[in-house]
Amino acid sequence: MNIHAAPSLVNRIYGPRAWLALAIFALIVFVVFPVANLVLPASSPFHLSAYWVALAGKIMCYAIVALAMDLIWGYAGILSLGHGLFFALGGYAMGMYLMRQIGREGQYKSDLPDFMVFLDWKTLPWTWWNSDQFWWAALLVVAVPGLLAFVFGWFAFRSRIRGVYFSIITQALTYAAMLLFFRNETGFGGNNGFTDFKRILGFDITAPQTRMALFMVTGVALIASLLVGRYIVTSKAGRVLQAIRDAEARVMFCGYDTRHYKLFVWTFSAVLCGIAGALYVPQVGIINPGEMSPANSIEIAIWVAVGGRGTLVGAVVGAFLVNGAKSFFTQAFPEYWLYVLGLAFILVTLYLPDGVVGLLARWRSRFRSGSAVKPAATVKAEGDTA
Amino acid sequence: MAKIQGWCAGLLLVFCAQAQALDAGLVGRLMTGDSDEKSQAITELVVSGDPAVAPLLQAFADGDLQASGSRALITSGGRIVDAVTAEVLPALPDDHEDLVVNNRMRRELADALAVLKLLSTERADRLSAARTLVNGADDAMLPLVKKALAAEQDSEIRGLLEGVAASMEIRTGDTAQRMAAIIKLGEAGGSNAKKLLLPLTVKNADGTWAEPDGDLRAAAASSLRSIESRLAWGERVGLVFAGLSLGSILLIAALGLAITYGLMGVINMAHGELMMIGAYATYVVQSLFRTHLPAWFDWYPLLAVPVAFVTAALVGMLLERLVIRFLYGRPLETLLATWGISLMLIQCVRSLFGAQNVQVENPAFMSGGVALMSNLVLPWNRIIIIGFALVVLGAVSLTLTRTRLGLFVRGVTQNRTMASCVGVATARIDTWAFGLGSGIAGLAGCGLSQIGNVGPELGQGYIVDSFMVVVLGGVGQLAGTVYAALGLGFANKLLEAWSGAVLAKIAVLVFIIVFIQRRPQGLFALKGRSLDA
Repeated sequence: MNIHAAPSLVNRIYGPRAWLALAIFALIVFVVFPVANLVLPASSPFHLSAYWVALAGKIMCYAIVALAMDLIWGYAGILSLGHGLFFALGGYAMGMYLMRQIGREGQYKSDLPDFMVFLDWKTLPWTWWNSDQFWWAALLVVAVPGLLAFVFGWFAFRSRIRGVYFSIITQALTYAAMLLFFRNETGFGGNNGFTDFKRILGFDITAPQTRMALFMVTGVALIASLLVGRYIVTSKAGRVLQAIRDAEARVMFCGYDTRHYKLFVWTFSAVLCGIAGALYVPQVGIINPGEMSPANSIEIAIWVAVGGRGTLVGAVVGAFLVNGAKSFFTQAFPEYWLYVLGLAFILVTLYLPDGVVGLLARWRSRFRSGSAVKPAATVKAEGDTA
Repeated sequence: MAKIQGWCAGLLLVFCAQAQALDAGLVGRLMTGDSDEKSQAITELVVSGDPAVAPLLQAFADGDLQASGSRALITSGGRIVDAVTAEVLPALPDDHEDLVVNNRMRRELADALAVLKLLSTERADRLSAARTLVNGADDAMLPLVKKALAAEQDSEIRGLLEGVAASMEIRTGDTAQRMAAIIKLGEAGGSNAKKLLLPLTVKNADGTWAEPDGDLRAAAASSLRSIESRLAWGERVGLVFAGLSLGSILLIAALGLAITYGLMGVINMAHGELMMIGAYATYVVQSLFRTHLPAWFDWYPLLAVPVAFVTAALVGMLLERLVIRFLYGRPLETLLATWGISLMLIQCVRSLFGAQNVQVENPAFMSGGVALMSNLVLPWNRIIIIGFALVVLGAVSLTLTRTRLGLFVRGVTQNRTMASCVGVATARIDTWAFGLGSGIAGLAGCGLSQIGNVGPELGQGYIVDSFMVVVLGGVGQLAGTVYAALGLGFANKLLEAWSGAVLAKIAVLVFIIVFIQRRPQGLFALKGRSLDA
């Protein structure tokens, strides 16, 4: 690409063909799904049941997480095993608001959430201050994962922790948080977490219209994340990030302070995860500490790896592929799902370093030029080797 | 009241010693009375010293006793025998009914049978009987306990029985006896004795002392103090032992990682699953011994240890050849691929052995423990695991420093190109080294099967901890791993005593995260100025 003649923002982010694909995706989310789910009668062969809307909405949330993961892993070369934590924190922040929205319709007819009555608590703990306000919940969704990531990243990048060390430390962080949230004393429902939501912003949360609205909001969030992510990686900062991924020491010697770039993309990625978690909870109807288990965070990495690291659209494709396969296998052949997932981990790392999107790109370029051209993403993805 | 009861029991002992047959009246009360009457009948029957009492009460405890009016019919062994007349009946009478053994009866029967067993000729019987009685026995049994004490030669049982006798005398004796009992309890008693002494030192609601005799009160208070200081010591020693035990478990789990990750730089997320394979290998060996060589069952660990090592090592070498070999120098990809392997191994074990935990039984010499103090029992299996961890540590460090393989492994990890130039088959050494690390994981699993549950998720619980040990200890050295494992073990247990298990774990994880900030290369990293260390 010619960097001297700066292209307009629209052209910089995507070429015409990609914009067209994005428009088709938007058409499906904002027109096809609402019509097929709400307008067409249940007897119609084109009717989409609530199950499919919920599943697609859930996977779109995962796709946002995969995007966030790709920003930090695919572009900055930092493999985080703690993104499940940021996702869950966003979910918990939204969950607190949804718990307060239940009002007195819980089992114990109390102002407090049921689990607090069960624990014999008389007042809300300080962490629940203002939790009945939606704006406060929305603020927490962004601020809590963002702040945690900022503080953690500040210290970690300052001490030049990277590579596998960083992965293991983020995993320990997630694990510690999971243990903390499993405790009843922490004040977030212990083992059971939050569930039995009734309303969001006063609307019935089980009504098809509310669910469709949530689905469409998730679609907006996904498309916005994709475009903003694309804006970042095509900017100058994005180029510096890729340089850090490939040779961090060299970037430092060129006079860049790599910490700032890494800290920015790390915090932004955590905030995206928090937003995804907040959209996930009302659609799935439950949040519990299981979301923070180390296994969940590693699974996020495989979504990105399957789709293709270093291409944002690859992360989205990977999230859809892996989670689609997961819901198919866990229903049809539950005992084989772990084999499939395990094999995906092994085969993708061994044979598909660029994922499905990279494979398609390779085929396309071979088809065009008649010779295999090495795509950009096959450049060694980690700058540091042990 | 208790005093009179004891006195009556003493009298009865004198009278009934001559009687040969069971007292039909007592048996009748045992059959038809309410709970209180039954309990009194049991006591009196035991005190009577009749040899026929033991089978009767045993049958009662086992649910093999039928009542027919006031007659007691023992139905154990396929025959129906009248307990009083020893007459054999052809069939149960029509009016027979089961005797209900509720929890209270069960406890009283256990105590009564224990008292009877005190006179047994088997040491093990007497010891277990004495242990049962330490938890509380009917005061009326005192004469029998004293009789057993007079005949007892074994010092351990004597110690227990003296405590039992003292705890009875403290309630029932005259002033001199009670004083002696209070002093005795102060010298030897544990938490049970504390419970007995505490009521003597408190005031009633109306402000008067519960114990009117001032001398006794003072003696009880001083006895309490000495018991409490002894208990505190027991707790401290117990804490240190728990730390040592956890440290040894972490050490043995992390030793294999110290080789595969610490020396070779391979992030192996399937390490925990290799431990699980070792544990399941132990389970298989144990099951084979149980079905084919039951007489040699206690010796199965001798075979299980090498089998666990070889199985895990083979699986590890296979993984190295098939997957990990292609990912050297790409640690993040290795992490993901080995995670995939771990998922497949878990599912594989689930399909083979089922999703439930399997039962691995300790050999006889590993069950039980050493009772150092009344509140401090060191379980044998934990002691043996500590020793096992030390042996494995010694073997690993000898292998690395004194054998040709160890030399090659160190050479290849320090400078692969140079090692290759002087003729070391580096690829083969990689396989062997990875096999060694995996085999040690198998040994860890074999050890863990003796103290915890064995299930498909066994390894998942240790993976975070063992990586913490290696990260904390620093890459490339065994000494760091040892100190980190023991340090984490102690820190965990000390914090646990102070703040509870979960918070302790969180505190330790947070500490490690902070520590890594200060020393990113671990405790014992080699000093260097390289940027990309």
